Amino acid sequence: MFNLKRTNHKPWDYRKDISGCGLSGLINTNGKRVSGEVITRSIRTQHDRGNGLGGGFAAYGIYPDFKDHYAVHVMCDSKTALNNFESFLKEVTVIDQQERIPTRASTTIRNAPLLMRYFVKPDLEADNPLFDKGMSEDDFMVRMVMKINLDVPGAFVFSSGRNMGAFKGVGYPEDIADFFRLDEYEGYIWTAHNRFPTNTPGWWGGAHPFTILDWSIVHNGEISSYGINKRYLEMFGYHCTLLTDTEVVAYLLDLLIRRHGLPIEIACLALAPPFWNEVDRMEPERKKLCEAIRMVYASALLNGPFAVLFAFNGGLVGLNDRIKLRPLIAAESGETVYMASEESAIREICPDPDKVWMPKAGEPVVVKLNKTE
Amino acid sequence: MLYCAPNKKYSDFIIVRDPDKCIDCRVCARQCSYEAHVYDESTGKVFSDDTRCVGCHRCEAFCPSGALLIRQNPSEFRDNAVWKPWFIKNIYKQAETGGVLLTGMGNSYPYPVYWDKMLLDASQVTNPSIDPLREPMELKTYLGSKPDALRIDAGSGEVRLAGGFTPQIAINYPILFSAMSYGSINLNVHKGLARAAEEMGILYNTGEGGLHASLYRYGRNTIVQCASGRFGVHSEYLNAGVAVEIKIGQGAKPGIGGHLPGEKIGPEISRTRMIPIGADALSPAPHHDIYSIEDLRQLIYAIKEATDYKKLVFVKIAAVHNSAAIASGMVRAGADVITLDGFRGGTGAAPTMIRDNVGIPIEMALASVDERLRQEGIRNQASLLVAGGIRCSADVVKAIALGADAVYIGTAALISVGCTVCQRCYTGKCPWGIATNDPFLAKRINPEIAHEKLANLIRAWGHEIQEMLGGMGINAIESLRGNREKLRGIGLNESEMNILGIKHAGA
Repeated sequence: MFNLKRTNHKPWDYRKDISGCGLSGLINTNGKRVSGEVITRSIRTQHDRGNGLGGGFAAYGIYPDFKDHYAVHVMCDSKTALNNFESFLKEVTVIDQQERIPTRASTTIRNAPLLMRYFVKPDLEADNPLFDKGMSEDDFMVRMVMKINLDVPGAFVFSSGRNMGAFKGVGYPEDIADFFRLDEYEGYIWTAHNRFPTNTPGWWGGAHPFTILDWSIVHNGEISSYGINKRYLEMFGYHCTLLTDTEVVAYLLDLLIRRHGLPIEIACLALAPPFWNEVDRMEPERKKLCEAIRMVYASALLNGPFAVLFAFNGGLVGLNDRIKLRPLIAAESGETVYMASEESAIREICPDPDKVWMPKAGEPVVVKLNKTE
Repeated sequence: MLYCAPNKKYSDFIIVRDPDKCIDCRVCARQCSYEAHVYDESTGKVFSDDTRCVGCHRCEAFCPSGALLIRQNPSEFRDNAVWKPWFIKNIYKQAETGGVLLTGMGNSYPYPVYWDKMLLDASQVTNPSIDPLREPMELKTYLGSKPDALRIDAGSGEVRLAGGFTPQIAINYPILFSAMSYGSINLNVHKGLARAAEEMGILYNTGEGGLHASLYRYGRNTIVQCASGRFGVHSEYLNAGVAVEIKIGQGAKPGIGGHLPGEKIGPEISRTRMIPIGADALSPAPHHDIYSIEDLRQLIYAIKEATDYKKLVFVKIAAVHNSAAIASGMVRAGADVITLDGFRGGTGAAPTMIRDNVGIPIEMALASVDERLRQEGIRNQASLLVAGGIRCSADVVKAIALGADAVYIGTAALISVGCTVCQRCYTGKCPWGIATNDPFLAKRINPEIAHEKLANLIRAWGHEIQEMLGGMGINAIESLRGNREKLRGIGLNESEMNILGIKHAGA
């Protein structure tokens, strides 16, 4: 079996994945769930934006029976790795359900690792070695995922949020969807990714989405600031282990929004800040705010061409780099908002939207879920 | 040639005068402050004394008929890989005088220059390079201590900043003029530096010789320095600039103090430094109120109190073996900016042995300090400035990629106004009118022309930095800062790459 984890000898000795890609995402703002078959049709339209070396999906609202549990999706390259992982997980969490992630036999998907999922709650007893007093459950989960991905050989946690899950692997996204039987899931947010990597083929962990807690990222682009984004995140205890630039986006969002408590719009201003000449023309209060964001979060600025969709239990956000070097288009139809790399991917599943628009460079499209309960 | 001791005849340079071209106009004799050219009244001829030549090329540059050529003296001792002429000649000098060898500028030994062993990245296919002539390309950055997280008040529906910030300084280019004191260089050069800093939206540093009364108007672009001699330090001075730099050490002479001889202390310098005319200006090796890190903290906060917490406090140290741990202590002691000065940093005067043998390359110190501050999670609490041998804009880009917020240039700035790095600054006879207070020589620097040349240098480097950034597909200088992924080593061994935190070319 192939090796899932590359040994990282030195903190700077990493391989940054470089890839072009296709994206698609949708959100039902009233929380009504739709089958994974819909998003699969959309991403299939953008087949040519990938090369069969990576496809993946994130789905929200798919585990209503376990909505208070963290759903841990893991891939392991051997039985031993799985055993090691399981015994570690048992030590630090209470596992209420565990199962193989259901898959369908497929001729197009090969070399699949062992895929398992666990519905867990952190075990916050005093002797838990990963738990510090005063830590929130989320903090604990982040630390646990980092620890596993760094230290448990051959095991990768690729999804760890509540009532959501990531499904990904090596193959075209429509084949991945078939393999993971996504037509059998229903979610109120779906994102999908079709990958065109120029290196690291055959790497299941390298497919999108990247997740931490319920943050999931699908990304088209190359983050030229990766070197500093990664080092910045390390100052806050995040370890980039997945050999790709995209995971920094997930960790940055977790840091800025969850840990630093910034509103989403402010976090987006940190990731894709307005240019100084624009800031100079703002009214004083706004100017002060934008300057402060840039000062504090300069190392979080995402530079280089990108379009990302990031989702969380409460919404879906689309964001472009500061000079829009990658495509992103959005559309609205009733209570559903769509975002994709190409308009065709939206028209495929929503032929006649009420509104279609091209988000401006650096201006996020933030769609929040209406309060459902 | 006049009589001199035989060993003095082993001059470093020879002055080649083409008799067919020389018109005995005496320009060379007037330009040379070392009296290497002498006019003989009796014959009406100009002749030269090679032993006095320092190799500054002033005469060659000004000779109207192109008759002069300054060359390394081709006369050779018997070849010996150990006893090179440098050592032999130095021993002759010391045997004659019993004194310490003196020199100027930075370390001149052929130690590895790591800037020359690092290569930059550029975009191809998967990310587009950005043309700075068409798209914004941001070099502006802020110096100062940044909080770990931004505090936002979103309660009232409108998002606004909660709480204030410690002071920050905006600089339009990541290049500042390094500390060079009034006294070590003259007022005309200082005026040029101040005006260029103002025009370009950057900063210059007064050095430790106080601030001349006529330069207070450039306060928004001034860093005032407070060194161990405390020359010219008073309340108004501390509040004159946007920052106060506590100078603990200097890259050219780590561990030792400074000495400006009494002959150089004229009325203006006396007034500015607040010492008597003709008195030697001695800067002790340590600050006598700083014998450890807790004392540094006291001085930092004494200065912050004296400036009402409106000024940034920089702390400058020479790059030495233990810089990383020291820098960490400095950040924890409250420094807003850490200045690291490598062993190629210039000086007006230093003992040759110290200049050439003490300290470490700035590239190594920078890499280890940046990494240490990150490991300790305090990198955001201070900005990092580096100095010492920044020769071109590519060096600036590499320094920033290793982790610097900005760089200081001293030698490069002086070269832009004419310096030829002859390394005789300590004599006070600088024929280019830079490192001298002799009014006859000092007027060779016109402050307006100096201003223009210094500003041009920054402008030119700025364009080049923008091109290199754009080539990497980056449009903000902050995305380069600490982005070592953009660097690759060439011809470096494993230890060197480990310390620099970079991979080898091809990897």
